[in-house]
Amino acid sequence: MNRILAASLFGLSLATSSLAYAEPVKIGVITTLSGGGAGLGIDMRDAFTLAIKQSGNKDVELVIEDDAQKPELAVQIAEKMIQGDKVDLMTGIIWSNLAMAVVPNTVAQDVIYLSPNAGPSALAGTNCNANYFNVAYQNDNFHEGMGEYANKDYKNSFILAPNYPAGKDALTGFKRFYKGSLAGEVYTQVGQTDYAAEIAQIRASGADSVYFFLPGGMGIAFMKQYAQSGVGIPVMGPGFSFDQDVLPAVGDAALGVKNSASWSPDLDNEASKAFVESFKAEYNRLPSVYAAQSWDTANLILSALSKASVKDKDAFRAALKAADFKSVRGTFAFNKNQHPIQNIYVREVVKDGDMLTNKIVATAFENHKDVYADQCGL
Amino acid sequence: MFTALLIEQLLNGLQLGVMLFLMAAGLTLIFGVMGLINLAHGSLYMIGAFACAAVAAATGSFWLGLVASLAAAAGVGALIEVAVIRRLYDRDHLDQVLATFALILILSEGARWLFGSFPLYLDIPKQLQGAVPLPGGGQYQLYRLAIIAVGIAVAIGLYLLISRTRLGMRIRAGESDREMIAALGVDISTLYTVVFALGAALAGLAGALVGALQSVQVGMGEPVLILAFVVIVIGGIGSIKGALVGAVIVGVVDTMGRFLLPSLLALTMPAAQATTIGAALASMLIYVVMALILAFRPSGLFATRS
Repeated sequence: MNRILAASLFGLSLATSSLAYAEPVKIGVITTLSGGGAGLGIDMRDAFTLAIKQSGNKDVELVIEDDAQKPELAVQIAEKMIQGDKVDLMTGIIWSNLAMAVVPNTVAQDVIYLSPNAGPSALAGTNCNANYFNVAYQNDNFHEGMGEYANKDYKNSFILAPNYPAGKDALTGFKRFYKGSLAGEVYTQVGQTDYAAEIAQIRASGADSVYFFLPGGMGIAFMKQYAQSGVGIPVMGPGFSFDQDVLPAVGDAALGVKNSASWSPDLDNEASKAFVESFKAEYNRLPSVYAAQSWDTANLILSALSKASVKDKDAFRAALKAADFKSVRGTFAFNKNQHPIQNIYVREVVKDGDMLTNKIVATAFENHKDVYADQCGL
Repeated sequence: MFTALLIEQLLNGLQLGVMLFLMAAGLTLIFGVMGLINLAHGSLYMIGAFACAAVAAATGSFWLGLVASLAAAAGVGALIEVAVIRRLYDRDHLDQVLATFALILILSEGARWLFGSFPLYLDIPKQLQGAVPLPGGGQYQLYRLAIIAVGIAVAIGLYLLISRTRLGMRIRAGESDREMIAALGVDISTLYTVVFALGAALAGLAGALVGALQSVQVGMGEPVLILAFVVIVIGGIGSIKGALVGAVIVGVVDTMGRFLLPSLLALTMPAAQATTIGAALASMLIYVVMALILAFRPSGLFATRS
């Protein structure tokens, strides 16, 4: 179980490597590479390794391990990476419950952790930490965007999410900006695959819309069963429910659904276009939001490495906080709690040839911040 | 309106129960006849779903996919019985658990290697799309009704197989005394392979049927496996009748718990708390039921042996 999936990407650098990169840097990547959530982790890993490879920086050594979406395993791997491999930086965790298990203990040992996906509210407010950078989002953000957008068309929404930290954050975020009434609010089990009971409740609730946050296989199961059940009430969700990793399995049932995210493959900027091109060329598939965030994480690290030594923690943290890199999301800056200030877009699922993908139809928020930053003492 | 919702939820519970029965029947049969704990049963369910999705994608026919899922699961089942499981009958349960756990890892990684890490697409067949009206004004999905029908047909088929045929007689004989039946000249190792393949085929059938509703992905079998074990513990290990009753109990209790608990709690506490606490309680309800049943019937409802 506890195997190393990939060790060093590159051996020792050649004698000709540039002076700016002279110092070796070890990055620990804990992510989900097996089990039901593996698609997300594999996109994360693939984008990260590709970014490092393209940079030509031969001093970065990656230690990549699979957490199998199990918190207890992630904790063990983190300990091994910090004590055994002596990594300088850590990143990679996809799921909020795993991040809650690993991050507080990691940053307490003065190891810098950069989150490429999970952003639990518990780490964004009073418990924010100088060693914790979130390059993705605070969990509430995407949902806030959809809540704001829903006000345009809907007044009585039925909302559901899994019963875990990110699920709670999701519905809290949606309700923060959504002004209509709720036809129902349901928390499902994490990993649940049959939603017949919930769909029957939706049908009976008299709702005019459904908002659901069910990442990975849960969303596929829900969306398929929802479409098959013939309940015609419009659905919406955060980008996670309709991203590149799940769309092929959901099929045409997803067409036309609105969802919110910080990035979309059609986002119009140079960095994003180059990223989509090279990801497609290397892996022969379209990147997801997870891949985009991970690409940004890698490029943020590379930008900081070119400015400061990773051994000089204060200088390195300052270099990270400056966020001096070309983000695929266009505008990107860190708030004082070291979570992003970024745009949140509303996307629509469309068919491009015979491939399902997303295109941006509106901007829900410009330079959006999370509400927990004010409680952060940094 | 509430009556219609109640009927719909009862049918949902029955459908979940019937699906669990297909899994649990094979599991309990294998344990009853060979005394083997087979953790890899969930992987056979996954193989059924993958075979159905792959063949349906290639040929455009769900029905061919269904046939392929039966064949693939039975084939892989027979193969691992001959290659691995056969060596485990004389060993204790710990060795069996270890070896079949290894099989889970091997089959999961094998599926990932063949099909990739991203979920496959599988839709319900055209003939079974749509819904039928229910008394009270509700409606119910035709495909889920078909799953219930398949489950009932399998239950009747298994009953006839075991009580009326020569193979069934041997299975029953194998359950009560394996040395004696071997001494009587029955080819016990072929019997074991057949029983194992039969159990595997049922798991594959469940995987294919459910794959059209859910997401076909690596690791989809393990959550179902846990429920299937709960079912056979409730029903009494080794008993097909117990598996059927246990499966329906688990299916109905789980579905009704998810549906009713939050609304019942909302009568006594604020709505926000009721949804969270209700959701948490609903997820442990079947284990509470299992504990209660075991407190009064320590070897399950229809124990075949002590």
